[in-house]
Amino acid sequence: MNHLPLIIKREYLNKVRNRSFVVMTFLSPIIMIALVAVVAYLSQINNDKKRSITILDETGILAEAFENTEHTTYTILTDSNYADAKALVKAQEDFGLLYIKKSTDTLNLVETVNFYSDESPSVSIISNLERRIEKRISDIKLQNDGVNIEQIRASKTTINIAQETFDGEKTSKIDSYLKLAFGGAAGYLLFMFIIIYGNMIMRSVIEEKTSRIIEVIISSVKPIQLMMGKIIGTSLAGITQFLIWLILGGVLLFVVSAIFGIDLTQIQSPQQEMINQAMATSDAQNIAQDLIAGFVNLPILNLCVAFLFFFIGGYLLYSSFYAAIGAAVDNETDTQQFMMPIIMPLILAVYVGVFTVIEDPHGTISTIFSFIPLTSPVVMLMRIPFGVPIWQQLLSLAILVFTFIFTVWFAAKIYRVGILMYGKKPSYKELFKWLRY
Amino acid sequence: MNNLLVADSVSKSFGDFKALNEVSIAVPKGSIFGLLGPNGAGKTTLIRIINQITMPDKGEVLLDGSPLMPMNIRDIGYLPEERGLYKSMKVGEQVLYLAQLKGLSKQTAKERLKYWFDKLDIGDWWNRKIQELSKGQAQKIQFIVTVIHRPKLLIFDEPFSGFDPINASLIKDEILQLRDEGATVIFSTHRMESVEELCDHIALIHKSNKVLDGRLTDVKRQFKTNTFEVGLQSSNPEEITRLIKDKFEVFPATFKNLNDDIKLNIKLPQDTSSNDLLRFLTSKAEIHHFVEVIPSANDIFIQTVKNN
Repeated sequence: MNHLPLIIKREYLNKVRNRSFVVMTFLSPIIMIALVAVVAYLSQINNDKKRSITILDETGILAEAFENTEHTTYTILTDSNYADAKALVKAQEDFGLLYIKKSTDTLNLVETVNFYSDESPSVSIISNLERRIEKRISDIKLQNDGVNIEQIRASKTTINIAQETFDGEKTSKIDSYLKLAFGGAAGYLLFMFIIIYGNMIMRSVIEEKTSRIIEVIISSVKPIQLMMGKIIGTSLAGITQFLIWLILGGVLLFVVSAIFGIDLTQIQSPQQEMINQAMATSDAQNIAQDLIAGFVNLPILNLCVAFLFFFIGGYLLYSSFYAAIGAAVDNETDTQQFMMPIIMPLILAVYVGVFTVIEDPHGTISTIFSFIPLTSPVVMLMRIPFGVPIWQQLLSLAILVFTFIFTVWFAAKIYRVGILMYGKKPSYKELFKWLRY
Repeated sequence: MNNLLVADSVSKSFGDFKALNEVSIAVPKGSIFGLLGPNGAGKTTLIRIINQITMPDKGEVLLDGSPLMPMNIRDIGYLPEERGLYKSMKVGEQVLYLAQLKGLSKQTAKERLKYWFDKLDIGDWWNRKIQELSKGQAQKIQFIVTVIHRPKLLIFDEPFSGFDPINASLIKDEILQLRDEGATVIFSTHRMESVEELCDHIALIHKSNKVLDGRLTDVKRQFKTNTFEVGLQSSNPEEITRLIKDKFEVFPATFKNLNDDIKLNIKLPQDTSSNDLLRFLTSKAEIHHFVEVIPSANDIFIQTVKNN
């Protein structure tokens, strides 16, 4: 008898109707958006902050280096001393005092520049000041050697290498960033999904054990049916939650940015910075074109199909582990010892994805890890936007499916024995013994 | 076929531990079959095998003459000793769900649930969650879950635990009625008085082996020791007692009687009948009390377990 649909339905409704699930579903996006809005607002305030810095320049040659900017005003003192300058800074409530001492060799300031302030300055302020001084001194040195600075400036040029495959497919740097973003998002989504909903499955198995209903249920259905029903039902609830988050988040983001007039695109994420850098070297008009072209160039169909299969495969693989753990223990505190071996490969997968796929999507390490079943879903999803041969994808998927079947068999064994075991915290040795029951 | 359920040389091991060793039982149709045994004897394992929760290593179980199949779960209702329901699920939904798992349609399940609600004097619990019910109330729901699909075979593991005397007798009557309507009942308990009251067949499992089985009356006949409980009145009790002791094996007896006279348990040799004893006694004293000592289920249980 196939009770699977019935079990899936119950698990799904049970999850979806659960009060804390409902609260989480609707509250999370609100909290997230509120956080984003607060961060955006604060960083805006931070950017708007004006500060003035007083510079006591005893060398008398660096004044040119400090031009006022939107956020910083420089006051140059040449004819003063440290005590007076300090008093002045205090009186004006300036941010700080940059003290450049005179040295025997004017052009060697390695040890003669100091910055004094009440609060310690940020790294960016200091490096900004350093850069300005360095540039000025280097200019002076060049001039002293008789070099025409204007000529050097004029000689600067920018190159934007147009990339094209031998098949005539055009790519660009923006392309790469887009691919990274897609792959990263897919991999990360899977990672989050496994952690959140895997735990949920585990808890629901434990709940059945602690409420002792399990014996009634499995006198009616096969344990493997119950396990699969739980996994699928919980996943569907998870997908529902994710969709609601996506829609609600999108709407809220739109509303919030409209109301508060906060330009959320100004919040700089690392990816955006990379894109900006890429943009800086190419013409503004080209960027939009490149973006669209990049998007079109993505193997969209392949990406979608692969996402679907690797996501489902990876998720089912891990969730059967979670179900087995839930069956093996009596309460949630006992799960810790079994969680590590599950979480480790997941984290490894994300690290491999972040560090090696970005570096070289088709390198040895990325390729190997995109075949190992516990890491392949995440790593392969990150690699696919860069174009992975179909045979590799199929092989990896085949390995994944094969492993999945094996794990389900393995998990079902532990599940079958474990759900009827009470009162003892099993060891790995014991779990192994259960496989033979 | 006279037997609804037959377990034939069923063995089951967990690792090195042998939970059941070649256990065979036959449960006649329409009987209440007491499955007895000390804690950890293997009763629950046997029950789980009958429920197809665990598979036997050796031997087979026949229901109505054919080996158990997955579809047979419809024919069996099981009330485990470890009770439990989904705590946060509503009563109505929960019973419907569990009934559907046993193969009932939603509609039928609904009708039967209403019938049981009336019968067990359960008011409007449909929308209450299990966690809002008392233990006894939850037990009633659990009982309904066990019987709602009208199984041929009912398995009750300690069905009366957690019930007050009123509800316990209510449930007892329901079990008897189900039996009268044609169901066969396997009844596992440690309470020997309910065994006396309900069971017509018993099997005793001890240390993974079946050590005793049969009709309860046959088992009692097998265990009776030809002993009679006797109350006598005489002007010279010491003399009479001495005379009896010379002739028979005698134990002290306690029972309620109006007179403060001689109370004895007299064990007769195999070839002596009760009439011989009566003849012997009538000549010596006045007989006020004469009863054959029939071993109780409790005695049989203790004696069997101790001897093994």
